[in-house]
Amino acid sequence: MNSKAPIYFLVFAMIALFLGMFFGMTASFQYLMPEFLKEQIPFSKLRPFHVTSVISWIVLSATGSIYFFLTYVEKFKLFSPLLAKIHFIIFLLTGIVIYFSFAFDFTEGREYFAFAPILIIPILIGWILFGINYFKTLYANMRGWPIYFWMWGTGIAFMCYHLMEAHFWLFDFFRLNFIKDFSVQWKSTGSFTGSWNMLVYGISIYLMSKIKKDSNVATNKAAFFFYFLGLTNLMFGWAHHTYLLPTQPWIRYVAYGISMTEWIVLASIIYNWKSSVLKVEKDNNPMAYRFLLATDFWIFINIILALLFSIPAINFFTHGTHITVAHSMGTTIGINTTILFSALFFIVHQLYPDFRTDRKWVKRGFVYFNISLFIFFVSLIIAGAKRSYWMFVLKEGAFSEMQDSLIPYYISFFIFGIAIFVSLSIVAYPLFKAFLQKIKS
Amino acid sequence: MSTDSRPYIFVIAILLALFGFYNYVVYNTDGYVAVEKLSPTAVKGQQLFQSNRCWSCHQLYGLGGYLGPDLTNIYSSEGKGPNYIKAFLNSGVKSMPQFNFSEEEKDALVEYLRLVDETGIYPNYDAEIEASGWVKIKYRNETSKD
Repeated sequence: MNSKAPIYFLVFAMIALFLGMFFGMTASFQYLMPEFLKEQIPFSKLRPFHVTSVISWIVLSATGSIYFFLTYVEKFKLFSPLLAKIHFIIFLLTGIVIYFSFAFDFTEGREYFAFAPILIIPILIGWILFGINYFKTLYANMRGWPIYFWMWGTGIAFMCYHLMEAHFWLFDFFRLNFIKDFSVQWKSTGSFTGSWNMLVYGISIYLMSKIKKDSNVATNKAAFFFYFLGLTNLMFGWAHHTYLLPTQPWIRYVAYGISMTEWIVLASIIYNWKSSVLKVEKDNNPMAYRFLLATDFWIFINIILALLFSIPAINFFTHGTHITVAHSMGTTIGINTTILFSALFFIVHQLYPDFRTDRKWVKRGFVYFNISLFIFFVSLIIAGAKRSYWMFVLKEGAFSEMQDSLIPYYISFFIFGIAIFVSLSIVAYPLFKAFLQKIKS
Repeated sequence: MSTDSRPYIFVIAILLALFGFYNYVVYNTDGYVAVEKLSPTAVKGQQLFQSNRCWSCHQLYGLGGYLGPDLTNIYSSEGKGPNYIKAFLNSGVKSMPQFNFSEEEKDALVEYLRLVDETGIYPNYDAEIEASGWVKIKYRNETSKD
């Protein structure tokens, strides 16, 4: 009998997602009414809850999905089911401690890792246990690995490194030199995102190959070419976050050059559009298929945006505006979350082959989710453009006046944020129930 | 379908070697403009900036939150400066919570923001945008541009 640890990870991830969305909605309300409960639950208190919860959703659901694919679908004997259980317990307990630390203001960390730095130790131990289990399980079958095994292994290894790198500021060697420290902070953050993308994009290729029943998707030379391109970007492309930081120019030249290689990815998406999507066998996994279809759309939109603001001349005007937020929301919700929901539907179908996923309300939820996300995304783009206009064209007027002029877009952002929350809840409800049923069985 | 993983391992090994060298250079490269290192008071200010999650709402060099203004050059901006910063800290204006920083803590935060201000300029209005897409940024305390 397979371990239930992957299902526990998935349930934990879904709870993190809904808590994260709830905190996000509450925080975004303060853009509309800045004085609303600001002494009790200020924006600065809600934001770490939101960010940590949604990152946990991505990381935990990716982890649970990978454990599931290895043991339930590939039928590999996990090197140590006990390590997987310990991994889950460590993450669960650390997550609870982090929530308490936020509630009681023990937040000595930095953006994205606001918790007390000591808590990175159990998180790292969890990742190392995952790495041991993963590589020990797959090592026996080293020859002819499909690309997703490489991507997952890479994601785990780089996650360990960049989680450590994100805490190099604890050493005076980094901390006392502000520019170096700030560069390394944003280097680690960019590559941390690249690491989870390796896990999530690996899952998307896995799903494509399984739903299409075509292993060539994950073994052809083009797949490996794009893997190496992604890895190169993960390692060297981070500095487009810091074009305007007075670092040595060569760091920015490298980032500009490397970031521009992603045009190849865009060209490939356009060239392969039909073959990658329309031939997908959708009958057995209708909702998994639909979410992957949505992923393709969101990748297309977001890669254009990312490529444009990786050009320093454009980045100069978009940096520090809501256009950056649109990109991060577009990628984490539009790309990561659609892939992960596709994985959840695929997993439920594996657990319960007769489970009907494309129910009327689920399909409606899916449509409303994508429409809401699109309006949410466009609201942020417009708010960002207006902020940029204030910064570089008007160059006058108080910050608060500029914020007030953005209120119509914040209202739209808030309303469609709620719509995303409601529509995703509708989609997720049957999945959550199915996972709970599996745990109880 | 290739069953031989050795070429891929070889490419990964080369990339990892480059990554190691690249990291070594990045970690040992200071900013473009030499500025004094953070003093113990500035480090205390930085700790306060972190533990009070100022980054949730404010930005430095355009990186951080969006609810409040960027603070990179708040220390040297016309009409602002140390007294302005101190006045804001405990006032609780708009969405900013009312903090209760002691004088010593306010001094530490001001010292941190003074040193951040010394490192560069943001937004960099004097930057030059080139036809290649490159941007030559203007550095603090420099007349020449890179």
